[in-house]
Amino acid sequence: MDILVCIKQVPGTTRVEIDEKTGVLKRSGVDSKMNPYDLYALETGLRIKAKMKGKISVISMGPPQAVEVIKEAYCMGVDEGVLLSDKRFAGADTLSTAYAISQGIKKMGKFDLIICGKQTTDGDTAQVGPEVAESLDIPNAANVRKITEIDDNSITVEMDMGEVVQISKIEFPCLITVDKDIFQPRLPSYRKKIATRNKEVKLYSLKDFEDKDEKKYGLSGSPTQVERIFPPAVNTNKEIWKGSDLELSDRLYKELKKLKFV
Amino acid sequence: MGRLVVNQDKIDDLDKLIKLCPFGAMENVNGKLEINSGCKMCRLCVKKGPEGAVVYVDDETAAIDKSKWKGVAVYVDHVEGQIHPVTFELIGKAKELASKINQPTFAVFAGSGIKDKASELLHYGVDEVFVYDYKPLRHFRIEPYSYVLEDFINKAKPSIMLIGATTIGRSLAPRVAARFKTGLTADCTVLDVKENTDLIQIRPAFGGNIMAQIINPNHRPQLATVRYKVMSAPKRSDEAHGNITYCRIDEDKLISKIEVLDVTQKESEVNISDAEVIVAAGRGLKSQADMKMIEHLAALLKAQVASTRPLVEAGWVDARRQIGLSGRTVKPKLIICCGISGSVQFAAGMNNSDFIIAINTDEKASIFNIANIGIVGDMYKIIPRLIDSIKSGKGVNL
Ligand SMILES: Cc1cc2nc3c(=O)[nH]c(=O)nc-3n(C[C@H](O)[C@H](O)[C@H](O)COP(=O)(O)OP(=O)(O)OC[C@H]3O[C@@H](n4cnc5c(N)ncnc54)[C@H](O)[C@@H]3O)c2cc1C
Ligand SMILES: Nc1ncnc2c1ncn2[C@@H]1O[C@H](COP(=O)(O)O)[C@@H](O)[C@H]1O
Repeated sequence: MDILVCIKQVPGTTRVEIDEKTGVLKRSGVDSKMNPYDLYALETGLRIKAKMKGKISVISMGPPQAVEVIKEAYCMGVDEGVLLSDKRFAGADTLSTAYAISQGIKKMGKFDLIICGKQTTDGDTAQVGPEVAESLDIPNAANVRKITEIDDNSITVEMDMGEVVQISKIEFPCLITVDKDIFQPRLPSYRKKIATRNKEVKLYSLKDFEDKDEKKYGLSGSPTQVERIFPPAVNTNKEIWKGSDLELSDRLYKELKKLKFV
Repeated sequence: MGRLVVNQDKIDDLDKLIKLCPFGAMENVNGKLEINSGCKMCRLCVKKGPEGAVVYVDDETAAIDKSKWKGVAVYVDHVEGQIHPVTFELIGKAKELASKINQPTFAVFAGSGIKDKASELLHYGVDEVFVYDYKPLRHFRIEPYSYVLEDFINKAKPSIMLIGATTIGRSLAPRVAARFKTGLTADCTVLDVKENTDLIQIRPAFGGNIMAQIINPNHRPQLATVRYKVMSAPKRSDEAHGNITYCRIDEDKLISKIEVLDVTQKESEVNISDAEVIVAAGRGLKSQADMKMIEHLAALLKAQVASTRPLVEAGWVDARRQIGLSGRTVKPKLIICCGISGSVQFAAGMNNSDFIIAINTDEKASIFNIANIGIVGDMYKIIPRLIDSIKSGKGVNL
């Protein structure tokens, strides 16, 4: 069985502040890490491989330094990894990211099962997975919280739909996006780290794709545009109460009474 | 669309310019500035960098004819005919947007045996409900549902389409966006519309630290998802308004590689999302035992208990009670935040609450920026006395 997991490198922290004077974003810490949700996707793929045999690959799109997440995946037991990196992919929204990833996947070969994380911590859209599925014209299921069965032709999954759980049997090839807690992700293995130290990460750029039309990638291929960014609004009708804790408590009681909550 | 062009000779301080980029998308490659794929086109480098160093050039693209796309559509989210309340909230928003640009509102409803449910939507002020009532649509399966939306979009040509950010919506919306090669903005918190029918979509970015305003200026339809409890539902009116159109579709096209084996009710769950009153605790709480105090107050106010993430991580509070970006979004009539600093990730999940009260010892805590009443004080003194006051039915020592 051929399994592919989509992983992304994200900033190590999402703490950013806006400089009041200049309106410029200040980002503390430049560390990067694997998108935490993708660790669950990886773990799911590794477990399926252990059961079904076959091969597990990863794909990532990002700047050259994103090879790090692929190496990390190697330390967990992934067989092959591809990084899509090209200046022409810059400024991609989810549509053009997904399109580039689907082109990369086509170039890599055929997969029975593609697994994505639920969402990224930086993009935070949960859109890339289903958009990849559409570009590859294969079925997909989102919010998968459990795999109940798997054989050579299909996978049966539980989709978390809020109030209810839908249990679906999906034929291969298909794409699933997994919820956190589907499995507890393993830690990278030191032994594998040594063993895979020189393992190759394949690099693909636009010239490797079947569709080389620059207009479909990066910013040119992105319908959405960020018009402006700004700090979150502060509520204007607000009061600050100060005083002794006793007074404050009694004042709060009166207020709750006035608001009819007690 | 446009792209960024770098004029190396106009850069005086390369490292300073690189630091401007919040996405770390600028690199020093052998003394030259390169913009890598981390770029999100926020264009801060254009605005704040040295004059002319990075310029934005608009590529020639044929402008689409926006007048061919009319109407604001809402996807009717449901499981086996049970309409999800986010649908009504979106109808409310759709009506507001549509009236600004003088266009009709649509709802699209796909399922099996849903005819009578469709007429209910007319009590919320939709102009036209497009109903696709077919057996293969009984369960949500991605391919037939995407096909129905494709058919609807081709028939109705809506300019804007709003979809609930439920499990179904989060699957369906991106599929449809990719099919029409159009833009989709996830989890919008504010929506407005320009005169030229461009949808103004505002959503938290970077885990809520900043807000991004996103538009989709040259593609139609414009798709956006919105979480439950972010918009407000209109009141149901007794009179029905608008009409229902039963759509015909080629049933042979409603095929799927998915077989739904079962749909089961989830074990009855704690659900803070629907709570009217919430008492939330944060790291100001010193020990797990002190949760009793919070629970006591909550019980007296008929409220649900909730918390910030650290308390969940510490195992003091059930994960389903976590508010925030990686927890639940809540919109209660009242929320009392006790010992919570008000991080953006937390605030993203509750700042739409009708009324916010915060108790915090630190008067600089950012929770006070969003609280309607900010109480600078010690919750360990304030809450026990409040509990006593409520129990005795009158304030002590007034
Ligand atoms: C990607 C990402 C997602 C996240 N998602 C979430 C999320 O969904 N939900 C969430 O909550 N967090 C989330 N976080 C974590 C978030 O950044 C904060 O760390 C967290 O919200 C802080 O919780 P807190 O306010 O309880 O704790 P703190 O920030 O430590 O604040 C404790 C507050 O209690 C006050 N205090 C202390 N003693 C008292 C007293 N006796 N009386 C009154 N006040 C007192 C202090 O002044 C302080 O302001 C996320 C972080 C990241 C990076
Ligand atoms: N640049 C990328 N490279 C590889 N996979 C990605 C990338 N962006 C998103 N994904 C995958 O799509 C999922 C959803 O991402 P998002 O839509 O950004 O929330 C992630 O968990 C990844 O599995």
